[in-house]
Amino acid sequence: MPISPQEILETIRMIRMEHLDIRTVTMGISLLDVKGDSIEALAENIYKKIVEKAKNLRDSVEEVSSKYDIPIANTRITVTPIALIARAKEDDDLFPIAQALDRAGKELRIDYIGGFGALVHKGCTPSDIALMNSIPRALAKLDRVCSSVNVASTKSGINMEAILLMAEKIKEAAVLSAERDSVACTKLVIYCNAPEDNPFMAGGFHGVGEGESAINVAISGPGTVRSALSRLKNASFNELTEEIKRTAFKITRVGELVGREISAKLGVPFGIVDLSLAPTPQEGDSIADILQAMGLEECGAPGSLAAIALLTDAVKKGGLFASSSVGGMSGTFIPLSEDAGMARAAERGSLSLERLQSMTAVCSVGLDMVAIPGDTPVETIAGIIADEMAIGMMNNKTVGVRIIPVIGKKAGEWVDFGGLLGRAPVLPVSSFRSDEFVRRKGRIQAPITSFTN
Amino acid sequence: MERAVVTVIGKDRVGIVANISSILAKHNVNILDISQTIMQDLFAMIMLVDISKADVDLSTLRGEIEAKAKEMGLQAIVQHENIFNFMHRI
Repeated sequence: MPISPQEILETIRMIRMEHLDIRTVTMGISLLDVKGDSIEALAENIYKKIVEKAKNLRDSVEEVSSKYDIPIANTRITVTPIALIARAKEDDDLFPIAQALDRAGKELRIDYIGGFGALVHKGCTPSDIALMNSIPRALAKLDRVCSSVNVASTKSGINMEAILLMAEKIKEAAVLSAERDSVACTKLVIYCNAPEDNPFMAGGFHGVGEGESAINVAISGPGTVRSALSRLKNASFNELTEEIKRTAFKITRVGELVGREISAKLGVPFGIVDLSLAPTPQEGDSIADILQAMGLEECGAPGSLAAIALLTDAVKKGGLFASSSVGGMSGTFIPLSEDAGMARAAERGSLSLERLQSMTAVCSVGLDMVAIPGDTPVETIAGIIADEMAIGMMNNKTVGVRIIPVIGKKAGEWVDFGGLLGRAPVLPVSSFRSDEFVRRKGRIQAPITSFTN
Repeated sequence: MERAVVTVIGKDRVGIVANISSILAKHNVNILDISQTIMQDLFAMIMLVDISKADVDLSTLRGEIEAKAKEMGLQAIVQHENIFNFMHRI
């Protein structure tokens, strides 16, 4: 059946008026085979491998973007978590490896490179410690490098010592980038149940179970979903769900097409499409606005969790059928500063840190891009992270924490991280202390529900 | 056959089809189908074209068509047809 003019115009409307775009094409590259006699030699070999593997990435992305008139906002690379290949001693400085990643990213004209990270959900090796200690400087001094540290999983529990260490590192990164609203912290995610094929940043890395390389794609479609729902009048919950499913199917197909084509051009296997609805600071491209289109006065109003649960589930149901392979985060993103509607809701007093955190129980992504006062104690940050990890661990789902203690700013003041990172008010945090709890040694054990063998 | 879709959106006026067709003809691009419709109060002209024998690549063709449309106060979009097949057909 030939394509009708209405279908053609629907596609154009989605792209030109409703901000449908490809958020990122991300190439995963395994570094498991890279060696070096010293940190510097290893860094050089990492640089060489990445530059060789991804030399045609940017050109292919631009060609496919032009062929379909579909904007591709970012081109990114993920690598094997560096702690796994650094073979470092505890007091080694891994900054030269971060520099090599950044240099490769610059050479390849890509936006971000993720994987300066570690997997420590059950314990830390000396190499893991060296990596975590190297994170603040790497993120403060380099533009493209992103870090993630997996500190918890449903199968192994929550590594509370790693959480406390990472809370300290978040604070250090904030201080080192204090003159730029502590922007270094926007490039660091603390995870529970981290996905191995995530194309999004800052949490993307190329997992150890992955092959030599892969192309992973993520879509940005909140504006499209919001418009589709706005056109419905007096719809039942079932009708809302069906409309979201149809829209999710269509936007996921665009990701599938772009992924397949770039993968064929590069001769690199197609990994996954991440179904996540990822907002941008552009007007209307907002999860908060979708909630309003569903009939809530403001995001955060009673009913918000129910609305996000409906949305997340419908997006998955529509998207799964549209792609040959779905992965990554595949949920609903609620990054406070990256979503102009969420930031508005926080300013109006409809969203608190605690309200946001409750939403993460149904949104599948976590506490994201939340600015808090710069004088928040390390132990309080650790407590917030531990709470989020508990949500992920108990519910057998991926969650992350990307929190920014903005040095010099107080609750209610605005921060502006620029570009896709957006702007938001600083949220107040509880003044009650968690010190004694988070300073205990060891792990919180895996839940009984994890024993499924 | 490799096909693309040319869509021109804006206020209806004399010469839209003629101007766009002349660019297509110059580059040996055959028009397979043409239709006109209204999208949110705006006129939309849609052409399905065969680009397999074109003497320029798709991005060059797009550049010329977009420039001509802009001259006439219109917006032109040129896309490979796969995106529509992928999005609207299973």
